[in-house]
This record gives sequence, C-alpha cells and structure tokens, in this order.
Amino acid sequence: MADFETPALTEFQLVPHIKKGAMAHSQPYMAKPEFQGDLGFPGELEDGWEDVAVKKLGELTSKYRGLKVFLDCCVKCGACTDKCHYYLGTADPLNMPVARQDLLRSVYRRYYTFAGKYFPWLVGAKKMTKDMLDKWYSYFHQCSQCRRCSVFCPYGIDTAEISMAAREVMDAVGVGQKYCNEIIGKVYKIGNNLGLPEKALVNTLEGLEEDVKDDTGIDVKFPVDQEGAEVLLITPSADFFAEPHIDGLIGYGKVFHQAGINWTLSSHASEAGNFGMFIGSYENMRRVALRIREAALDLKVKRIVVGECGHAWRVAYSFWNTLIGVGHGGDDPYAKALQQQLDPNYPAPQHIIELTYDLIQKGALTLDKSANDDQRVTFHDSCNVARASRMGNMPGGQFVLPREVIKSSVNHFFDMAPETIHENTFCCGGGGGLLTDDLMEIRVKGAQPRMQALMDVVQEHDVNYLAAICAICKSQFSKVLPYYNHPMNMIGSVHGLVSNAIQLGTKQ
Amino acid sequence: MSISVIFAVLFYTATFILVAGLIYRIRDYARTPVPLKIPTTPAPITRTGVAFRMLREITVFESLFKSNKWIWILGWLFHFGMVLVLLRHLRYFTQPVWAWVDLIQPFGIYAGFAMAAGLLGLWARRFLVDRVRYISSLSDHLMLLLLISIATTGLLMSYIPEWHTDIVALKAFMLGLLYFDLQPLPEEPMLLIHLGLVVTLMMVFPISKLLHAPGVFFSPTRNQVDNAREKRHLSAWAAKLESSE
Repeated sequence: MADFETPALTEFQLVPHIKKGAMAHSQPYMAKPEFQGDLGFPGELEDGWEDVAVKKLGELTSKYRGLKVFLDCCVKCGACTDKCHYYLGTADPLNMPVARQDLLRSVYRRYYTFAGKYFPWLVGAKKMTKDMLDKWYSYFHQCSQCRRCSVFCPYGIDTAEISMAAREVMDAVGVGQKYCNEIIGKVYKIGNNLGLPEKALVNTLEGLEEDVKDDTGIDVKFPVDQEGAEVLLITPSADFFAEPHIDGLIGYGKVFHQAGINWTLSSHASEAGNFGMFIGSYENMRRVALRIREAALDLKVKRIVVGECGHAWRVAYSFWNTLIGVGHGGDDPYAKALQQQLDPNYPAPQHIIELTYDLIQKGALTLDKSANDDQRVTFHDSCNVARASRMGNMPGGQFVLPREVIKSSVNHFFDMAPETIHENTFCCGGGGGLLTDDLMEIRVKGAQPRMQALMDVVQEHDVNYLAAICAICKSQFSKVLPYYNHPMNMIGSVHGLVSNAIQLGTKQ
Repeated sequence: MSISVIFAVLFYTATFILVAGLIYRIRDYARTPVPLKIPTTPAPITRTGVAFRMLREITVFESLFKSNKWIWILGWLFHFGMVLVLLRHLRYFTQPVWAWVDLIQPFGIYAGFAMAAGLLGLWARRFLVDRVRYISSLSDHLMLLLLISIATTGLLMSYIPEWHTDIVALKAFMLGLLYFDLQPLPEEPMLLIHLGLVVTLMMVFPISKLLHAPGVFFSPTRNQVDNAREKRHLSAWAAKLESSE
C-alpha cells in the first residue's frame, strides 16, 4: 500500500524509545508563488529572508502574549514528551511537543533573550538558517494543532500556538504549504474549500432532495440563499458530497424538517472550515470568516448553526465573536450591526449537535433507536471540539451532548478507554492542515494511538461504527482505517445515526 | 570587612536585578495583547472558576498530576519544600521573629531534605529517561546543580557541627542590609558559598526559565474564562482591522 510500515498495535499503548531523524524526510508540497500572492505572502524565498523571518517572529511575540509566555516559560520537565500522537506513532524525538517548540524557541532565544544572545551554547540558542527552516517546514507540518500537550503542561503551553506562529513566519518568507494555502485561495475565489461553484452546489442539493424523497417519501428541503430564513447553516463543504459526510447533511436536513425550522445554506459562505487558523494568520482567518458575516447580514437570518466540523467549531465558537461579531455581548457598532439581528434566545453560533440535543430534550424529534440496531457505536472526540470549544451551558458539555444525541439514536454505544477520550482524546492524525496525500505517512503513523483504543473496543464490544463530528476526522479515518485492517466505511457522522433513527412524517 | 562589603554589594545588585527584572517582565507580559480566546477546555465559565483553576495549578500542580506522577511528586516535593525553607529563612530578616515563622521552624528543616530529594530525583530523570535526556540543554543541568548546591550547603551548615555558622552575626548582617547599617558577615566558607549561590540564583531568575513562576499567571490557556459566545473579546490591533474597512 505504501513505502512505509504501519505501526503495530500492541496489547496496550507503548511509549517508544526515541529514534532520531525517523520522520525528517516528511515534508508537504510547497505552495506555488501565484497561490502565495492571493494570501498576501511573498511567492518564494528571497535573499535576506533570515532577517525577515527573525523580524516576523519578534512581531508575533509582541502581538500574542500566549506565544511570548510559552516561549519563556518551558522548564523542560518532560511532562509532554509522551503525549503527542505523532511521537507515539513515529518515535521521532522532534515530534515530542517540547522538542517541536524548541525548534522555534531556540531561534527566539538567539535573537530575543539575553541568555541566548550572549550564551547561545548554554541555553541551546540557534541562528535562523536554511537548515533550521527545513526542520521547521518538516516538523511544524507534523503537528495537527490538537492541543493534547497543552492539557498536560503545568503552564498550559500550547504547541498549536507555536506551530501556528512558525507557519506564519514561514509564509512571511515565501515558504507556504500547498494544501492549506491553495484551499484558502479557493475560498476567496469561490466560497468553499472544495472550489464547488454556486451552480454545482444547487444541483448537488437538488439531487440530495430527490435521493431523500426516494428513500423516505418525504419532501425534505435543502434550501440555498433563502432570504429571511430563521437559521443559516454553515457546514464544511465536504458535507455536500463526500462519504460519509453527506449522511450527516441529510441528518441535519431531516432534523430541521421534523422540527419545522426554516433554514438555508449560503452559496456565498458555503464553507465552515477555516484554514486561516492552521497557518496562524489572523488576517486570513478573519477574511475567510467575513463571508459568513456577509451572508448572515444579506440573508437576514436570526440564528447561525454550524455543521459537524472540529476546527471550524473552534473558529466559530471561540473566534467568530472576535473576528466577525457573530455572538453576543458586543457593544461596538461593528458587532451590534449583526448582534441586534440575531435572536438572543439562542447561542450564536450554535452547533448542530446543540440544536438537535435541545430538540430531543423538548421531545420535538421522533427517534427510533432500533433503526440503528446493526450499528455498535463508539465516539471519537475531535480535538478542537474537545480542547478548544464547548457545547451547551456547562464546561465539558462538548463531551456530553454528542454522546446523548448518539444514545438517543442507537441502542449499542461503547466508549473507548478513558485516557483516550474527552479532554484526553487522541487526534485522528489528519488535523491542522495535514489532510493531504503528500503527508500520508505521518497521517497513518499519527493515527496509531486512536487505532489502538479503537481496536480495544472492537475486540471487547464488536464495535463496527466510529462516529465523529468533524469533516477532517471523517476523511482521515476513511483513508487510514484500512491500514489498520478496518473497513473504511466504519467511520460515520453522528447525524448519520440521527438520520437513520428519525421517523419522518410522525410529527408536523 | 572587605568580604562583608563584597557580599553587601552583591546582595544589593542581585536584589535590584531580581526586582527590576521581574517588574520589566511582568509589565511586558501584561502589556502584550491576547487577540484570541484560547483557554484549554473544559475551562471555567466564570472569573471565580478561573481563580480556582489557577490556584489548583500553583498549589497542587493539577495539570502535571494528570500528566506524569513521577514528575509531579518530585516537582511538588521540591517546590513545596522550597516554600517552607524560604519562609523559615524569614527569621534571618525579622526582629522580633514573627510567631508563625517560629511555628514552622521544625518543618522547615525537614523541608530542606524534601527539596534536595525532589531536585535529585528531577536531575536523575534528565539522565535516565531518554526523552528527557534529549530535551535537556546545559542550562537545564546547571540550574538543577545550582539549586541542589544551595540546598546542600544549607543542610551541611545545619547538620555538620564543624560547619555551623554564627547565626546571630549572620542575622545582624542581614538586618544591617535592610536598614543600610553594614555589619560584619561571618567568614565561614560554607556560608559564603551558600550566599554566593543564592545571589547567583537571584540574578539569573529574570533571564531564565525560572520565569515560569510569574509566567504561569499570564498563560492564556489557563487564565481565560470560557465565555467567547457571550462576550466580545477584541484586542486593540485586531480592532484596527475593523475600522480600516
């Protein structure tokens, strides 16, 4: 299948001894100059880039307190060294969170700290060189920004913040990653990550309506650009046609239908994903998100609901209020322009899981669990949902609500081992802008800890359905499951289960 | 007298570097913007909740406890021991000695051993665990050596009769520093080494990883309230992007 070995699954999760340079060869394709320009970055490496990089790093530490504190604070205690799925799967010491951070920290120390300037040999300070840049390009693209290390760090140092900063510095000297940067370019030109134009979107959704009609005999609508709709649904574009994502979209549609909620998609903002976060660029993240603000204002919606997508939910939940004023509690004219339009009785934005959960609590949905009796289900907590956002009104609601929605739709649910779920969850291996074929080796190896935990519930409980609420997780698992001898269709949407269980025509 | 003068100058210099350095650092952290909400969730949804989260982090090392029981127990022995030892040392700077400082004297002595044991354990990890060996730089080893030497010289002075120092004279010297009335410092080598190392520690504090002590309070993943949807969080430089439209 490939020119690397899939990690072996053992009786329990092992922490490997370090193997220096084991993944030094892993690098994603670079963005072509013309795509860099779309995002406001130089096309390629130019003379004097070292100064530009060092200056950019200094600028970032003066704009982001977190970055500065994280670079200063680390005591090298080693608590994080066995926490990264990429380290566990590859044994490359530079995939230990602290060592990954040190790639950037050593440069920061050399140029911005007293000890590093005058005693570089003492504190491991290093100059910004081409060799260093190559290491950055390699290892900052072996971080899925999943924040697992930040849970375990006594100071909360978040490697995601460091790898975002490193990618921003690299973009500033013209060294961008093809996958992320070309996708962001597509959003600017067309409106979504897949480059699906309006007409194709409308056709796809019409086809979907026909499919659901054939299947259920009911006219479930998938509306686009309906001005005055109550709810604007922002969902990852993979939901429009990828398997198993589309079953989730059908599920959302059925939920809206049964609850009688008037909803719409937007062709202008047909993407929940926001790869601006992956490359650490506030400006690009904001520019991508602005389309959603524009769509919400144009369509005069009262609520904004986000479909199943991990990093998108982080951006929506944690950043939208800041970036584009989607939320509540703003007292400036910019935020008010939208917030006065949004219904204060609902959280803004709201996750589709929150919406479905509330409807289940109110008894507004008829769910027949036995429709899923051939499914034995476990749930994969997506990292950005688990460690960078919330659902519901209590801390940890992001763990409870999806499980409650699943349990309302199926009879057989089994959690994976406690050290691999909730805030301890392991990344699928494909997050943070790594979901590209040129990084297949690190994706497969990084999935090892999750596959280990999955194997345990498969053996113990005959689990045959891995439910997720993230487009990246779904795509990643479809690709990676076969490497670990599971069928690729074992991965599915949570709303795919809801879709099977919901009894349309029983409520008006 | 000359040794007393040298140490007086060293103490004043070190205190200045420590205090000025920390003020500079803390102001710098406080003034650097936090443009985004990035608490590691689940996070408290109120300020009080955040205060408790921070309290747990700095008293019982909650995150470290989740992470690794060895580092947790060794680190906690060291830090908690050090706190008691430092408090015990207040008797050299106060006259009359505060009652509660008297009360903790007996524990302060054991705390010295706890501190040294914790430090030795942490240092052993830097050699024995291949992952920790890989991430340790020379400064990481020297920092432990410095702290262990301070603890050891202190314990030797307490427990080896030949190395006992004239505590009364030492206290007179320290009080003299506080009231700008220089008194002679006892010239036993073990005391001078102990004090020299302490002065070194004070001076490297604001330029080293010891900054984790003030830094942890500024860590946005730990000190932010999880209320992104309820309250708009906007930094000054980010707000400018809006007004330029």
